[in-house]
Amino acid sequence: MLDKEIMEKLAALVGQDNILTGKMDRLTYSYDATADLPRQMPDVVVLPTDSNMVQAIVRFARKHRIPIYPRGAGTNLSGGTVPIKQGIVLSFQKMNRILDVDPANLTAVVQPGVVIGALNAAVAPHGLIYPPDPGTVATATMGGSAAENSGGLRGLKYGVTKNYIMGMEVVLANGDKVRFGGKTVKNVTAYDFATLFIGSEGTLGIITELTAKLIPAPRFRRTMTGAFSTLADAGNAVAGIIAAQVIPATLEIMDRMTIQTVENFAHIGLPTEAEALLLIEVDGMSADLVQAETEAVIQVVRDNHGDLCTAETDQERDQLWTARRNALPALASLNNTVILEDATVPRSRITDMLVACEQIGKKYNLALGTFGHAGDGNLHPTILCDKHNKDEMARMHQAVDEIFQVALEFGGTLSGEHGIGMAKMRYLGNELGESGLNLIRTIKESLDPDYLLNPGKMVPAHEV
Amino acid sequence: MTETTTATRPNKTYHDELAIIRAELDKCMKCGNCMAVCPVYGVERKEAAVTRSKVAVAQAVLDGDLELDDPEVYEMAFNCLVCKSCMINCPTKVNFDRIMLALRAALVRKNGLPWLKKMIFSTLRHPKLFDAGMRLGATMQSLVFRSEKESRAISPRSPFALAGGAIGFDAERKLPGLNSTPLREQVPEVVRVTNPVASVAFFTGDSLNYFYPEAGRDLIEVLTANNIEVHIPKGQNCCGVPVLVHGDIDTVRTLARNNIDIFEATGCDYLITGCGSCGGAWQHDYSELLANDPVYGPKAEKWAKQTYDISTFLTRIIRLRAPQGRIDKVVTYHDSCHLKKSMGVAVEPREILRLIPGVTFREMSAPDTCCGSGGSYVLTHFQTASTIGRKKAEDIDRTGAETVSVGCPACMMQLLDNVHRFGAYQEVTHFISLLAESYRREKN
Ligand SMILES: Cc1cc2nc3c(=O)[nH]c(=O)nc-3n(C[C@H](O)[C@H](O)[C@H](O)COP(=O)(O)OP(=O)(O)OC[C@H]3O[C@@H](n4cnc5c(N)ncnc54)[C@H](O)[C@@H]3O)c2cc1C
Ligand code: SF4
Ligand code: SF4
Repeated sequence: MLDKEIMEKLAALVGQDNILTGKMDRLTYSYDATADLPRQMPDVVVLPTDSNMVQAIVRFARKHRIPIYPRGAGTNLSGGTVPIKQGIVLSFQKMNRILDVDPANLTAVVQPGVVIGALNAAVAPHGLIYPPDPGTVATATMGGSAAENSGGLRGLKYGVTKNYIMGMEVVLANGDKVRFGGKTVKNVTAYDFATLFIGSEGTLGIITELTAKLIPAPRFRRTMTGAFSTLADAGNAVAGIIAAQVIPATLEIMDRMTIQTVENFAHIGLPTEAEALLLIEVDGMSADLVQAETEAVIQVVRDNHGDLCTAETDQERDQLWTARRNALPALASLNNTVILEDATVPRSRITDMLVACEQIGKKYNLALGTFGHAGDGNLHPTILCDKHNKDEMARMHQAVDEIFQVALEFGGTLSGEHGIGMAKMRYLGNELGESGLNLIRTIKESLDPDYLLNPGKMVPAHEV
Repeated sequence: MTETTTATRPNKTYHDELAIIRAELDKCMKCGNCMAVCPVYGVERKEAAVTRSKVAVAQAVLDGDLELDDPEVYEMAFNCLVCKSCMINCPTKVNFDRIMLALRAALVRKNGLPWLKKMIFSTLRHPKLFDAGMRLGATMQSLVFRSEKESRAISPRSPFALAGGAIGFDAERKLPGLNSTPLREQVPEVVRVTNPVASVAFFTGDSLNYFYPEAGRDLIEVLTANNIEVHIPKGQNCCGVPVLVHGDIDTVRTLARNNIDIFEATGCDYLITGCGSCGGAWQHDYSELLANDPVYGPKAEKWAKQTYDISTFLTRIIRLRAPQGRIDKVVTYHDSCHLKKSMGVAVEPREILRLIPGVTFREMSAPDTCCGSGGSYVLTHFQTASTIGRKKAEDIDRTGAETVSVGCPACMMQLLDNVHRFGAYQEVTHFISLLAESYRREKN
């Protein structure tokens, strides 16, 4: 606990309106969207209103050696914002202004607390979009998604957050404020700083402003589903679509367990006998091109014994999308604890990974459903368990260990989009090796030698 | 065993015991989807305002990590409009209204009602003025309020306005005038028609009875214009929702039982409401409140199935006679939370509006966002409510409509105030009054 004098000084620094100290308020910042993690209350929550205030807070915290946890909407799935060592939660909920929309340069400048969906709403009248769209677009912030390098449903064709951040303002742990990048399409001045801070999960610096790249909104699109009676057929269809040189905007998969659960939850007429369902959307600027791609996809689905269904109207399209959007909630409604994993494999190993997940679920006698972004190999094996059942929770942990082990064996990665945070820190060495861990620590320690920025996340500190 | 018997009825409901709500709390996966829609969070931008945090606080109270009498917990429990927007957006279907009501009821059990009331109005430094504004009979209101003829609204007189500024009773405040003769005294207990096709009982609720009796009369007129016999039992009382949301469970149960008796006595097959909160009470709250009552529980369940909003009754149960009188107006429609989110009524009022010759219907960009009324919320949290109301008024403005139609009198009051403060003085009308007006104009 911080002593009274320090708290008073902090309050004076940021103003009474921008600080929360009550127990109840602190409790509400003790968790994020990640299940099955320890909770911890911060000593204090500060809601800065501009980057100068952020700078002042960082300098103050450094002087008094208080940890700082930057926080956007707290929707991350890796325990990235739990203030595990107490200290200051720095919440960007109030820094939510869109500073500039520039249709001529296809850019927007935003404060970190701007919600992704709000940016999209602001640029829509110009016929533009900001493509990264995690399932949480309506709530997640630009700062949080940059720090997490979020992906989403359009990742296959349009890329992830790192492809859309052109510049930043960052407050470093030493209190310096740096700005780099900007509206120029090309910029090779010095190191690629944006890449350094993207995906850094709040451990290297605090993002106080972002310049985002926008693109013209695609004007035509077609949505369809393919239902398959074997996982292999579905996996081959994914590979086949890419081999046919079609890059759909969305290429999503659901396994049998997910299909059945979604159907029970939402009653939208999904093929519950199928082993796997693909949701495919192609889009583009010309009707001809979209039509040609649609035909190619249809051919591949048929070649792989898939049952095809195309959306002819917006309403039908919405229905198909509802199915995908309902995947997680439907699964989540089955029990009180949802463990949503993020194992990702090279595209060619999708089928293998799906089969492996199914077997792991059986082996540990768990309710395990898999859905995800098949097109980019990013799967979300999801385990439903009862937090009050110790035995089941233990089996769940074993299953998760095994899922990651298998993913790495397939040449995959621990995380396709949700980051490492607290949840996957212990597996990090398995993917990066000791030298990799040392590199991470070298970078961390040169920027934040005292481990004051988001300690206990991502970077496994040296054992002391 | 076909009938629900005492044995199968629970001993207690979540209104009586907070722990019963635990399963509901477990459903929340902290995904944060509720942040996108919670109007209170939209204004306050801190976690304690968001649904998921309110769930976490209820959990902490149950686990003994926070105390029920912690003033912060108290404040949080009442910093909610119970608008149910979060529930509509919740992927795992957390029934948040139940959590909120269970928590409030627990607060009342722990601390007693007088203390509670004191706390509710702790922000109101002048409870007498508040009382005067809300409850003084019509004969007295001219002492406190000056009337404004053109808008049919009244505002507080200046000495009161000064004192009441902090809670929104400033000179700008617009309220509907209290009517000298309440609706139920203006109409006979049964309004008969020559060839009745059905007979319905009309639950007026307090606001149609005292504040908007003319809308109540319009509702009756519309029904009779469709050959429906209307019973308006005199002995009915308040639906109880205003008390329910303050956790006074005993009182609501008494009100509910009385209402059930009175409506049983009408012998009607349908119960009609013109207010989302009243309708929601009959459709959901009564059966939940009386779940452990062997006598009234089954009756409440029966009435739940027989209750219809006037718009649903007109469009789904009978097919209303298409109105012929022209009303040349641009009209928009506000989805009241309880009407849309409790009763599931959204399409029907729009259908009715579109039937009226001359009406140009224009949708707001977000017609179903809360207007910020939330019963007494507007009084206890005036600043937040007012910011919410301003957003609504701006959305109404952008449609260019001259009339904003609504299906809930509580919203009418809040909208009336806000279109005057922040809007373009749009007319605020119950949709049923537009329909009644169209029927009336047929005759000319
Ligand atoms: C139902 C559901 C669906 C999801 N779907 C997806 C999906 O499809 N794809 C995907 O990628 N993710 C998804 N997520 C995860 C999550 O929503 C994203 O990672 C999101 O971008 C996080 O944004 P946030 O604002 O909530 O950040 P937070 O959770 O608040 O923070 C995330 C990380 O960023 C850091 N941070 C926050 N703000 C700053 C800042 N200004 N400067 C420096 N560091 C900062 C935090 O310290 C933390 O480490 C999903 C989550 C849920 C609950
Ligand atoms: S949307 Fe529902 S499940 Fe998600 S955090 Fe809110 S209340 Fe919980
Ligand atoms: S009921 Fe309305 S005000 Fe209350 S938490 Fe839900 S969305 Fe917010």
